[in-house]
Amino acid sequence: MLRRGALVRAVSCPSSHASTLSSLFRDRGESGVILKSSSTDVYENLAVEDRIHELVDLRGGGILFLWRSASAVVIGRHQNPWQECDLRLMARLGVPLARRRSGGGAVFHDLGNVNATFFTSRGKYDRRRNLAVLTGALKTLSPRLDVRATERFDVVLGGAHKVSGSAAKLGRSGAYHHCTLLCSADRAALASVLKSGVRGLRSNATPSVPSPVRNLTDEDPALDCDAVTEAVAAQYNAEFGFSGPVLPVDPGDEAFLPGVRQAAAELRAWDWVYGRTPRFSVRTSFGASGGSVTVDVVVRSGVVESCAADAPPGWLPPRVAEGFCSALVGSRFRPAEMKTAHVMIGNRIPLHSWLENLVCGIMPDFINLNLTRALI
Amino acid sequence: MAAAFTVRGPFTSMRRLVRPGPVTRNPKCRGSELPVCQPATCTVTRSSSLVSSRHRYRPCCPRVQAAARPVVVVVPRGLPAALPQPRRCFRTSYAAGGPVLQFKLSDIGEGIMEVTVKEWYVKEGDKVSQFDSICEVQSDKASVTITSRYDGVIRKLYYDVDTIALVGSPLVDIETDPGHEVAPEKDVVETPAVSLDEHTHQEIKGLKTQATPAVRRLAMENNIKLSEVLGTGRDGRILKEDILNFLSKQTGAILPHQEIRPPPPPLTPAPAALSKPREKGLPSAPQPVAPKPVFTGKDHTEPLKGFHKAMVRTMTAALKIPHFGYCDEVDVTQLARLRADLKDVAKARGVKLSFMPFFIKAASLGLLHFPILNASVDEGCQNITYKAAHNIGLAMDTSQGLLVPNVKNVQVLSVFDIAVELNRLQALGASGQLGTADLTGGTFTLSNIGSIGGTYAKPVILPPEVAIGALGKVQILPRFNSKDEVVKAHIMNVSWSADHRIVDGATMSRFSNLWRSYLENPAAMVLDLK
Repeated sequence: MLRRGALVRAVSCPSSHASTLSSLFRDRGESGVILKSSSTDVYENLAVEDRIHELVDLRGGGILFLWRSASAVVIGRHQNPWQECDLRLMARLGVPLARRRSGGGAVFHDLGNVNATFFTSRGKYDRRRNLAVLTGALKTLSPRLDVRATERFDVVLGGAHKVSGSAAKLGRSGAYHHCTLLCSADRAALASVLKSGVRGLRSNATPSVPSPVRNLTDEDPALDCDAVTEAVAAQYNAEFGFSGPVLPVDPGDEAFLPGVRQAAAELRAWDWVYGRTPRFSVRTSFGASGGSVTVDVVVRSGVVESCAADAPPGWLPPRVAEGFCSALVGSRFRPAEMKTAHVMIGNRIPLHSWLENLVCGIMPDFINLNLTRALI
Repeated sequence: MAAAFTVRGPFTSMRRLVRPGPVTRNPKCRGSELPVCQPATCTVTRSSSLVSSRHRYRPCCPRVQAAARPVVVVVPRGLPAALPQPRRCFRTSYAAGGPVLQFKLSDIGEGIMEVTVKEWYVKEGDKVSQFDSICEVQSDKASVTITSRYDGVIRKLYYDVDTIALVGSPLVDIETDPGHEVAPEKDVVETPAVSLDEHTHQEIKGLKTQATPAVRRLAMENNIKLSEVLGTGRDGRILKEDILNFLSKQTGAILPHQEIRPPPPPLTPAPAALSKPREKGLPSAPQPVAPKPVFTGKDHTEPLKGFHKAMVRTMTAALKIPHFGYCDEVDVTQLARLRADLKDVAKARGVKLSFMPFFIKAASLGLLHFPILNASVDEGCQNITYKAAHNIGLAMDTSQGLLVPNVKNVQVLSVFDIAVELNRLQALGASGQLGTADLTGGTFTLSNIGSIGGTYAKPVILPPEVAIGALGKVQILPRFNSKDEVVKAHIMNVSWSADHRIVDGATMSRFSNLWRSYLENPAAMVLDLK
């Protein structure tokens, strides 16, 4: 129930807002709370989303959180990063990888992309209405724009190109639905990074549905990030009958959002980003003298669960193969630890190119080692 | 040879296992990242849950095996080989015999009926408290954390990871402590039949949903839970339009749920029951031994809901009207030619052109001369209203059933405009998004049952209208032309029904003739085109 004319404190500068978001929402939730992040770190912003979801009792109002992040790839909760993006390229370009807690597919963020997260109680969870806020905001800025929401909760431009994708998380009493909006993103980087780098990967992880994308500024140069952010905030107020101003929020402010730093640290951890991957297996084969070599690795929770190598005995002595596999098993599926396995073998047996090829075949994003390319 | 076995269960969190026997530290374990088995703590690592004696394999004579290619499979070490027989270990804390409650997968909104279980946070035997997370499920891009409603011990998990769970089906069994009060069901659970009480007092977490009694009744008749409908009125009030919109979107979701049933168990019929009783006095001829067909079908009863229910109501009302039928055949050869010419022009404009726009426009032109067919009578048949607008309805067979959207104001639309509108309605119908505006306000109906098949029909009038036409399929038949030659003709049959309290046979016949003349000679239609 909205009570218009309820007390609305004039908040003009950050220091005068309530001590925590929960108390702020209690006071002002009925007139809507819009937060805008002052950070462009993807982990910090995702941590803010988590904390809002956990801390705030959203009955009687809603929160809109607007944020942008520097170049990053964000995959969905149950996805496989090796399948979704090119990790080697990302390491080379310095693009971090984050896993969010909501479902859905992989997306590329950069400063030309605006993210909007709609927080509501579970009863008021309505994705269509949130998308109507986005399309309404865009149409206010550019009335002739042909944008509409689709069945899959995307927003398409001109019926063919995707400009926004979304995902949602439902908890016990609250829910959130977040959406991207491509205003002026780097489409070349997006296309090159969102490609799988590992061949022969088999998994039941949620796949992404690739779509042709387009920037809003390609259609209308006035639709840059700042204009779109303001328009979305205004349309949010109009759609839900709220009247809150846009408040800046600092994701590092532990007092405002207790636990946000810890949440960001958890999101950065390898165990969350990579370790949370559902079980998958990688099979690589390449030709070698005497036949072909096949390596089958099963990875569970980011850790190599089992490893099988099938190679011509003249090329790879079984003892070495066994030693190699047993060194890999139990280690995490990441270059540093593969290197350890590699080095351990190397300490005991002279390093041969076939050993390097084996490791390369399993771990193509192995850039720290100076290894020869696999004979594929 | 090698005994490799696994302890089942998710590895997402470290769980203590009770392990018998001495545990020695394995020198190969890397101490830095993964915890190792210690005698005192017996904490289990992810990798060490696989036990094998294989890791001690030393090829005694590798040269012997040089002929065949050895496939070396190594499973992780971490536990000593000397372990008694494989045993599934889990924490056995016995809750003292409380009731075992089935925790059903609650509704997650948006009419979603099934989800994929993606991750379990608990396993059988774990102790949970109310509001602890049990599992993570995903449905199209929404990830949902399911939390426990009770305190107790998990006794059974009904689904594996990556399987599909149905909303409303049991997810886990939780054995609660005896005397433990079961938390009231605050989550809304999707069940097929909803009682009257739930409709009068819908509470979502303490908040009452706002809806007038008329709206509540409409929801109850269509078996809709008010808590699932998003109210667009003031203060989140649910309006009648919201129910109708929800209905048009929801039926496609409700029906599949009903149809998913486990296959019936095979019945073994008693041979005595199937074989005919032998009459007295008949010589007992040797019966051929043939396998009797086994009938494993089972009767299936379900309550009528949604669109079926609406159709029952409409048709019951419709057949109170005294119908009379009138059938005729129309030679649409020239119309077919015209349409073939115009098809590409329309396509260039982005519109699919069928015969229907012509039929509809011709009907509208006919209605201008016979306005009584575009009228409506009230309930007691006291007053007749001659409707000004020709809102011609199209019977459409969609995935949700029979819907009749209408094209508004055909009297001012051109054939092309009608085609555009038809395309729009067909797209909406195909995606299940026809709204109330499109579905109400019709004054005359045409049913193109011929697109599926059939020649003559006996259509049922849609109240409060007074007439309806059913068009059969276009057949190519031989006919005599004016020169007494047999030529190929495109023949379509039409079957009209009208309300005999208002309309007489002569009116219907003249209307039909006029309509037919427009279609048989499209050039004449051009003369009268408005």
